[in-house]
Amino acid sequence: MDKHVLLIEDEPNIIEAIRFILSRDGWRVECHSDGQSAMEAVRKKMPHVVILDVMLPNRSGYDILSDMRADGATKDLPVLMLTARGQTKDREMAERLGVSKFMTKPFSNAEVLKTMRELVDA
Amino acid sequence: MKEPSNTVFLERKSYRKRRMMDAARVLPLVGVVLVLIPLFWSRGDGGTSAALIYYFGVWLLLIVVAAVLSRRLGDVDAETGD
Amino acid sequence: MSFNILIAVCLAYVVVLFLVAFVAEKRASEGRLGWLRSPLIYTLSLSIYCTAWTFYGAVGYATRSGLEFLTIYLGPTLVVVGWWLLLRKLVRIGRQFRITSIADLVSSRYGKSNTLGVVVTLLAVVGSTPYIALQLQSVSLSFSVFANEAPVGVHLADINTTALWVAAGLALFTVLFGTRNLDANERHHGVVTAIAVEAVVKLIALVAVGVFVVWGVAGGPADIMDRIQQSPNAAWDPNLGRWISLTFLSGAAFLCLPRMFQVLVVENADERHLATASWAFPLYLLLMSLFVLPIAVVGIGMMPTGANPDLFVLTIPLALDQNALALLAFLGGFSSATSMVIVAAIALSTMVSNHIVMPLWLQANGTGASMSGDVRKVVLIARRTSIAGVLALGYAYLRISGGGASLAAIGLISFAGVAQILPAMMGGIFWRGATRTGALLGLVVGFAIWAYTIFLPSFGGASLLPDHIMAQGPFGIGWLRPQGLFGTYGLDPVVHAVFWSIFLNSCAFFVGSVLTFPAPMERLQGAQFVNIFDHSKGAQGWTRSMAETEDLLVMAQRILGPKQAQALFRTVAQEQGKAGYLPDPEPVFLERLERELTGSVGAATAHAMVEQIVGGASVSVKDLMAVADETAQIMEYSSQLEAKSEEVARAARQLREANDKLTELSVQKDGFLSQISHELRTPMTSIRAFSEILRENDGMTDPERRRYSGIIHDETVRLTRLLDDLLDLSVLENGQIDLTLAHVSIDGMLDRALLSGKPHEASDTLRVTRVSSRPNVVVRTDADRLTQVFINLISNVYKYCDATRPELTLRISDIGDDIAIDFVDNGTGIRGRDQAVLFEKFSRLGDEKAAGGAGLGLAICREIMGRLGGTIAYLPGQGGAAFRVTLPVDATGTQNPPDLKHS
Repeated sequence: MDKHVLLIEDEPNIIEAIRFILSRDGWRVECHSDGQSAMEAVRKKMPHVVILDVMLPNRSGYDILSDMRADGATKDLPVLMLTARGQTKDREMAERLGVSKFMTKPFSNAEVLKTMRELVDA
Repeated sequence: MKEPSNTVFLERKSYRKRRMMDAARVLPLVGVVLVLIPLFWSRGDGGTSAALIYYFGVWLLLIVVAAVLSRRLGDVDAETGD
Repeated sequence: MSFNILIAVCLAYVVVLFLVAFVAEKRASEGRLGWLRSPLIYTLSLSIYCTAWTFYGAVGYATRSGLEFLTIYLGPTLVVVGWWLLLRKLVRIGRQFRITSIADLVSSRYGKSNTLGVVVTLLAVVGSTPYIALQLQSVSLSFSVFANEAPVGVHLADINTTALWVAAGLALFTVLFGTRNLDANERHHGVVTAIAVEAVVKLIALVAVGVFVVWGVAGGPADIMDRIQQSPNAAWDPNLGRWISLTFLSGAAFLCLPRMFQVLVVENADERHLATASWAFPLYLLLMSLFVLPIAVVGIGMMPTGANPDLFVLTIPLALDQNALALLAFLGGFSSATSMVIVAAIALSTMVSNHIVMPLWLQANGTGASMSGDVRKVVLIARRTSIAGVLALGYAYLRISGGGASLAAIGLISFAGVAQILPAMMGGIFWRGATRTGALLGLVVGFAIWAYTIFLPSFGGASLLPDHIMAQGPFGIGWLRPQGLFGTYGLDPVVHAVFWSIFLNSCAFFVGSVLTFPAPMERLQGAQFVNIFDHSKGAQGWTRSMAETEDLLVMAQRILGPKQAQALFRTVAQEQGKAGYLPDPEPVFLERLERELTGSVGAATAHAMVEQIVGGASVSVKDLMAVADETAQIMEYSSQLEAKSEEVARAARQLREANDKLTELSVQKDGFLSQISHELRTPMTSIRAFSEILRENDGMTDPERRRYSGIIHDETVRLTRLLDDLLDLSVLENGQIDLTLAHVSIDGMLDRALLSGKPHEASDTLRVTRVSSRPNVVVRTDADRLTQVFINLISNVYKYCDATRPELTLRISDIGDDIAIDFVDNGTGIRGRDQAVLFEKFSRLGDEKAAGGAGLGLAICREIMGRLGGTIAYLPGQGGAAFRVTLPVDATGTQNPPDLKHS
């Protein structure tokens, strides 16, 4: 099965790391670095899973998530939120908006892989 | 001094007082209108006695209403004063 | 009946009045006021409105014009019945400001202007003189009626002689009881009690004559109605203009006549008496008027043609040989005349002495005399002389005018004269915009027109206004004929005079007020007069208190809930002995309420809420500031108010500011921590991810491995730099750095910064231009720290300048005592809204993550410049991004600059 993930992240080194990890596990990884046009990218690519950062240029991950949940085409897409903002209220916010999984940076590579598999199997 | 009535709420009491003040303000205006009315009666014989009775009637009415209002408006002070 | 008996009764009556006045005065001086200050006495004292004009003249008036005489009593009835609107305010102002006369009221209102006081006094004297003459005339006439009946009428054949004696007697009485002492509030208990007795006498007398006429002469009310039907006035044909203007005029005169003002306001001992008078006085007027028309129609029927209808009250009983009744009627008329003259003389003498004699005397003596015994004596003499003078004037008017005009006509002239004060007075107490100039203009215009249209013509003949002016107008200008201004010949002379004088008076008053600017004192007095109920509190201020308490209750109910609030208010009311009512807003109660509210909304809010309802002074602080240079007395009062309200406002403001600041700081702190967390976690994420990759993936190529360890290395460096910056900032913000001051060259530091600021990987593409207004500028500063700022700014150009061929212009110039170093590049610059947050921590703009900074650089620069005693600012409008660093030439630096940053 061709597992397709869209990574919305603006930190080049982190993109490279995630791409490396997931490619090894058989994922097709596509990237998008801008918040403003992220929603468009999601609708166009329609991946199996979206990995979403919060602190993005021009538009926050929360806004993108909320847009996705409001859009009929993307409202059931699994979203893994990966963020450096690890406070309880950030997690709560993400959960209220309907995130599938929430992980804080720095993350364990193994855990990311495991979560991704769970998301795509569910 | 009257016994405090337990059934009357404070705000109701002062509400009445406010309306009494309104009435006291309106009374002279009503009086002016009442005084003017006979001036537009038809002129002619015998009208003077009717006007006489009318004016003293209106006069008495104003006095009675003023008396009622002044009792209502004056009693707050009557409680504390002599 | 014997004329001597008449004289004897008359003298006995006067003696009784003396005794009444004396006893009342004595009781008052002993402090045993009791019934002396009862609402009844107050109401009866108002009856001086009913003078001999009413007593005799009303019947004459009714004989001539039917029911129109009622207007003279309906006007005051409407004013008194509407006491809540007007009289209450007038009385409150009078008491609050210790007003001594109507002239004093007008003068006080318009900034204690003595000019106005003088004008009103003159107007009052001129307006009252015919009226006093009228009283003298009526007393003399009534004497003459008896004299003609008497077998020996020789002594009093001359009316003028009688009038002279009466005037002298009245002057004596008035001097004795009107100027016994100088009371601060100008109350005359003796006189007021005496006129109350007279009020009773005249009422009884007139009612007695009326009853006799209705049931003794005629056959009861039905017969009277019949007679009215057959009288010349049976037809109902009211003159609309006269009815309206006379009702207005009598209402206005009731307020403006000096003697009415005296009993209504000055002699008022207790505001609550007004409530009683509001119905009792109209009742008195009604009783006085009730028998007027019956007496008139009966008189017309039975008296010979040519009999003076003004004397029917006296002549009907005499004609029917009812001597006792005639005597009572005589005493009634005598009472009416004397009480009016006495009070008028007191009122006028107060005005004359206070506004004319005293200012002149003080000016003549030069010294700013205080109210010492010496001056008191002068005042008393002035008052006594004035009383004599007022009566002399009245007598003189009687002689000059010849006493020909009917009583009613003279009375109306007088009314119209004093009514000229009305616009200035009403405007003064209801309109803050009324000014001294406006009042003065209105008074003068009204006075002049009154004199021209009705007063001067009243002298009759050609005595004062030549016939040709009356007929053709001055200089033959028909427009200006005294009784046909602007062509209004058709109007009744009285209506004409009232209309034009009051109308033009009001216009002048209004226009004058609108176009002029009031002096500070006028504005203060105006505010206090118009908003009198907001100022005065305490026992007399219950309306205000009640309004406040009600508002407080509404507020308390919202916060505490209706049940608890009502229980609290009820308890306090009961404690104050005001069971069942809203409590007075006493300080104790307010404090308690505030405490209760504090539990729910906090102390500062509770205080502010209560203060807002209770403390609102209607004089704004600004008003008071403007008056600060005015008299000491006013200043004392105002500064208290000002201090109080300002103090409260300041406290509330400080609290609010502190609260805002704390909230802001807390938000900032949260934001800062969350930012640091994010900034630290980002490089750590890369480091952890790649370390795990390196650890767990064996089959990697060498380049891969090198690349990934390189990333780890870079991210570690980034992390370290971030920590360094944070530490640096923290040290700077806490003021813990030591500056190493030395004289250094700016150019040298810029050279170093240009070398260090260039990133290792950057090719040499930045073109630098240096412009200097003077070379080799040397400043005393910490070279390392300043260079750090320069490096930061230059490396920012490398990072962020987006021009294809980046250029940097360094400009050194003098700005006053400061040196300014500008760093201007040729990029797109920074957007306006970003400029505001540029120097905040972590304020990275746009997506310049690639630049690798944590967004602390400019924050650090700002802190450093603060330490060095200079500034750093974004310089807009330079084409590209531009920063200006300024520092004093002798930048000694400061360890503790004034604007300590706490964040």
